[in-house]
Amino acid sequence: MQATAEHLIRQDRPATAGAARWWVWLAVLLTLPSLIPLLATAGALLRPDAEIIGHLWRYVLPQVAGNTFWLLLWVGAGTAVLGTALAALVSLCEFPGRRLFAWLLVLPLAMPGYVLAVAFIGLFDYSSPLAGWLRDGIGWQLPEIRSRAGLVAVLTLTLYPYVYLVAREAFASQGARAMEAARALGMGPWRAFWRASVPMARPWIAGGVLLVLMETLADFGAVSAFNYDTFATAIYKAWFGLFSTDTALQIAGVMLLVLLALVGMEVVTRRRQAFTAIGTAPAARRPLGRRGWWATAACSLVVLLALLLPLGQLGWYASGHLADHDTRYFASIRNALSLSAMAAALTTAAAFVIALAARERPGPLTTTTTRITTLGYGLPGSLLAIGLYVPVASFSTWVFERHGIELLLEGGLLLLLVAYGIRFLAVAHAPVSGGLLRIRPSLVEASRSMGVTGARQLCRVHWPLLRGSFATAALLVFVDTMKEMPITLMMRPFGWDTLATRVFELTSEGEYARAALPSLAIALVGLVPVIALTRRRGNAA
Amino acid sequence: MRKLLLPAAILFALSACSGQDTAPATGDAAAPSAGESADTGADGQGDGLVVYTSRNEQLVKPLFDRYTEETGVEITYMTDKAPPLMERLKAEGSRTPADVFITVDAGNLWQAANMDLLQPIESEVLEANIPDNLQDPENRWFGLSVRARTIIHNPERAPASELSTYEDLADPKWKGRLCLRTSGAVYNQSLVATMMATLGEEETERVVRGWVDNLAAAPMANDNAVIEAIASGRCDVGITNTYYLGRALKQDPELPVTVFWPNQAEGGRGVHVNVSGAGVVKHSDQPQAAQAFIEWLSGGTAQELFAGENLEYPANPEVPMAELIQAWGEYRQDLINVSQAGAMQAEAVKLMDRAGYR
Amino acid sequence: MRLEIDNATVGYDGRPVLAGATLGLEQGEIGCLLGPSGAGKTTLLRAVAGFEPLMGGRISANGEVLVDGRIHLPPERRRIGMVFQDHALLPHLSVLDNVRFGLFREPRRKAEARAREVLDLVGLADAADRLPHQISGGQQQRVALARALAPQPRLVLLDEPFSSLDPDLRERLAVQVREALKATGVGALMVTHSQAEAFAMADRIGVIGEGRLQQWASAYDLYHLPANRFVAGFVGEGALLPATVVDDWHVDTPFGVLSADHRLPDPPGTAVEMLLRPDDVIHDDDAPLQVEVVRRHFRGADFLYTLRLASGELVQALVPSHHDHARGQLIGIRLDLEHVIVFDRAGRDEDSGSLIG
Repeated sequence: MQATAEHLIRQDRPATAGAARWWVWLAVLLTLPSLIPLLATAGALLRPDAEIIGHLWRYVLPQVAGNTFWLLLWVGAGTAVLGTALAALVSLCEFPGRRLFAWLLVLPLAMPGYVLAVAFIGLFDYSSPLAGWLRDGIGWQLPEIRSRAGLVAVLTLTLYPYVYLVAREAFASQGARAMEAARALGMGPWRAFWRASVPMARPWIAGGVLLVLMETLADFGAVSAFNYDTFATAIYKAWFGLFSTDTALQIAGVMLLVLLALVGMEVVTRRRQAFTAIGTAPAARRPLGRRGWWATAACSLVVLLALLLPLGQLGWYASGHLADHDTRYFASIRNALSLSAMAAALTTAAAFVIALAARERPGPLTTTTTRITTLGYGLPGSLLAIGLYVPVASFSTWVFERHGIELLLEGGLLLLLVAYGIRFLAVAHAPVSGGLLRIRPSLVEASRSMGVTGARQLCRVHWPLLRGSFATAALLVFVDTMKEMPITLMMRPFGWDTLATRVFELTSEGEYARAALPSLAIALVGLVPVIALTRRRGNAA
Repeated sequence: MRKLLLPAAILFALSACSGQDTAPATGDAAAPSAGESADTGADGQGDGLVVYTSRNEQLVKPLFDRYTEETGVEITYMTDKAPPLMERLKAEGSRTPADVFITVDAGNLWQAANMDLLQPIESEVLEANIPDNLQDPENRWFGLSVRARTIIHNPERAPASELSTYEDLADPKWKGRLCLRTSGAVYNQSLVATMMATLGEEETERVVRGWVDNLAAAPMANDNAVIEAIASGRCDVGITNTYYLGRALKQDPELPVTVFWPNQAEGGRGVHVNVSGAGVVKHSDQPQAAQAFIEWLSGGTAQELFAGENLEYPANPEVPMAELIQAWGEYRQDLINVSQAGAMQAEAVKLMDRAGYR
Repeated sequence: MRLEIDNATVGYDGRPVLAGATLGLEQGEIGCLLGPSGAGKTTLLRAVAGFEPLMGGRISANGEVLVDGRIHLPPERRRIGMVFQDHALLPHLSVLDNVRFGLFREPRRKAEARAREVLDLVGLADAADRLPHQISGGQQQRVALARALAPQPRLVLLDEPFSSLDPDLRERLAVQVREALKATGVGALMVTHSQAEAFAMADRIGVIGEGRLQQWASAYDLYHLPANRFVAGFVGEGALLPATVVDDWHVDTPFGVLSADHRLPDPPGTAVEMLLRPDDVIHDDDAPLQVEVVRRHFRGADFLYTLRLASGELVQALVPSHHDHARGQLIGIRLDLEHVIVFDRAGRDEDSGSLIG
């Protein structure tokens, strides 16, 4: 076990020739589509509109940059604290309801940000019944929900599961042991937690926070519900308001630079993670006694605010519009499910190839392919759609007009699935590459010595060991695709309306109440795989 | 269950390639597979029309169904926001399957024409049915329903006698009593754009700055929030589209909010109106059929449906408006050609940025 | 510190695994709990540390109760250090900082000096600035020991400290660790399932099995004076021969009547089993008793022969290896018994005469 850890770190394993080359070329091929929107964005930089840029630079971007910075800072801090605290409670302590909360606290992951935003505003805004009742009854005015603080609260509550999940795993596997070591050295439980467990979990927490920041940067739904200007909304202002697609792409380019910085940080934390492999036997949890009820209360509050409240509000509205559902409803559910399933399967497979290539032949080529996968995550959906669709369609048109040949590139599901892949490769890549790390080289070599190679090896050795990571990756992509809107809207073939497109159509004309039913469907369908995912892992923990 | 995911997904993928039923979009009859119908730019679907629309599906589907009932022409449609649809049309070029483009907001219509996505049509029917100020001067698009963006108020705390014009809302007497929707909303952009076309940039900027000063709360994400704010007493006046108030009143007839028609005085501009409209796609291979469809949309039954569903005003002056909104009475429209909303939109956005109107 | 474990019972999930364990460890003594996996030895160790509760009994240090039915002193107040199976070094800290970790109450300079001192004691002074993943497994465990020793604990607990290392490394490291502990005068209690480690490290060994602490004694006593059949079989090899008690001082065996060095507890006529270790059976070419070689095991310095007596029972003999005899050959043996160890046979006829260990 010791030897294996060193093995991985020093990477002094013989490169498996031959087959490895195939993997690398395949990986490169798979990352090529990601380059199209990136190049489109870069290309837009060559066509600056001085007037528009001048205007934006003076009147819009300073505020937008500031807003985005503060939002990232506060949401990052909020999710770090909330996610870590909850993970610590659930992994290191014993209190009433701990087992239930261990997986319940992951569920807000399935809640789209704009749903919680609308729910919070609906509940706590000045005009809400609750606020009115408080004002008239007690004379107490609720603080303004439609503010930066309110937005930070909403995003923290929807995104903390990213930190919670990784921190929980880190604490459960290593943090508990670190705490015991510290306590045996004379540190009280609090001190032991701060000085031993938290520093150990830091690279994992950092990884989770980076994911949160990437999501926050790209978020459009929640920020527009709060009318809070960030890069994402500036992009739409340039595109829809000022009629300049190029400027929109240019702003997206700036966003991408910020994203690149975040990705760079993520790489650093990943390296640190590789070194933290202490403690395999789980240590005992610390019972909190009577104070345990505070923990129960805190967890309940989080679940209430992040999950039950929005679900309740959606249910309330949906119940008033049940007549809306007809056969087309089921078609849109079916479409949503099949698109998500396809996207999940294909994206996971692609992520596997890319991660495997990086494992088999570590080097600049595979490092680049890995970095590119993360970038697609940072482009706002609409721009990714444009960045992919427009070049491809324009190219097809050019070919058609020149040579009369019809390239069947768009119009079917192919481009849509490719777009999903580009967008969500990063999401699938993380668990798959983590799973691959855990397959010891000795296993692979042992199987080769027994004549099990190639496809058979993949089936008999890799697949059983990677099943868990594949499931995680597929489930995450599935949930994200269910919630996804702009790409689906732009590139879906005729007749492929989904729940998300339905939500768009209703909210675009301000029919939030009617949009509740499909939103609820999205949230509920998203919950199923999230529950499956966390229960499975919870049993292992 | 997880084990089935991969094989199931592969099965789905394969089935997709072999064509997908487009029944939801086109009605009952079996339609050609999505892959084929979208990719063969030439007339690959016989008598069907393809519509790209950013108008809410709930609102257009009844119309399409009705048209199919009356004429037998199948309609396949694609919804999305207007700008992505326009990008799509542009990229598809001569291969586009689209025949008709329907959208809301004159700004979008103007931009579609500006991007050379629409073709001009000569139609006596349309000239007769649609007033001049509601159609493109070059006949590339035609407004089909009208939405008024007007002042709404709480009649007790801001009686009608206090109100007069949009510009008056900049007056200090309204300080802390005004609620507005975000400047990012395309309807506000059109409002400011037409103001700029009439009043000039300087004056409009003064007015907008005045509005910002008078805000009781930060600009809100949607018109409903404005209505609710007035109802709850957070502010006394606001500006919204009439149909939002119509819907709100339908839900709660007791709502203490009502409509005021501004700028009605002699020589005044009139109420700002915007349209949802349609045009024939430039590279459509069935321009006649497309034109026929739009002409139908401008006629009696279609207009009633078109406008009635959403409590808008029919563009065709011959067609009566829905009962609920009849109660608000007649008003004088701003007769400026709505295409100005598009022509000045970019400037309006910049103006609002300068004025600090979020 | 004198550690006293009094009738302690430990278990998990509400079920007791090890009951009624009683032992005492003097100041500076190194004790070892030896037994198969799952026997409860680690649980008992962790109970001494304070990480597991006791289901019954009491543990005290220098007469002061650490845990019993009412009291449970938290781990950080016991001044008992612990070395874990997976060393539990903090990966983001250097070796020196790891060792310094428990010295957080001291001023920094003093803590560093002390840390270097213990690092020197375990022979890793020049690894002070490396990170844990940059040193080998054996070195990591030594750092873990240094870290535990740095705050001058009253006792050090070691939970299977060598099990994750290469076998050849283990015994060598065990000796090094013992030397370090003796040098500081700190007592230790270790848990292992390896007899070799226990013998190398410990002054006193507790054999744990079948839910009880079977015997707590020195290695020598466990081997030569096992308290019961379990210990006899667990520690060392040998054979159990059927025998009958003749009187207070004599027992009738397949080798004839032998006289014991102590008063036999059972009444005459009792069926017993006599323990015969391989070192009790001497190879003597001149001996009248000739037995057949059934198996031979070359162990470098000696052969372990398995021999069959005329009466059919098997015994083992440890013979210097230049006496090379083939299977089937007859060789002469005689007994050289210092202690006559007998256990009640009590209805265990089936496996009497069998080899154990």
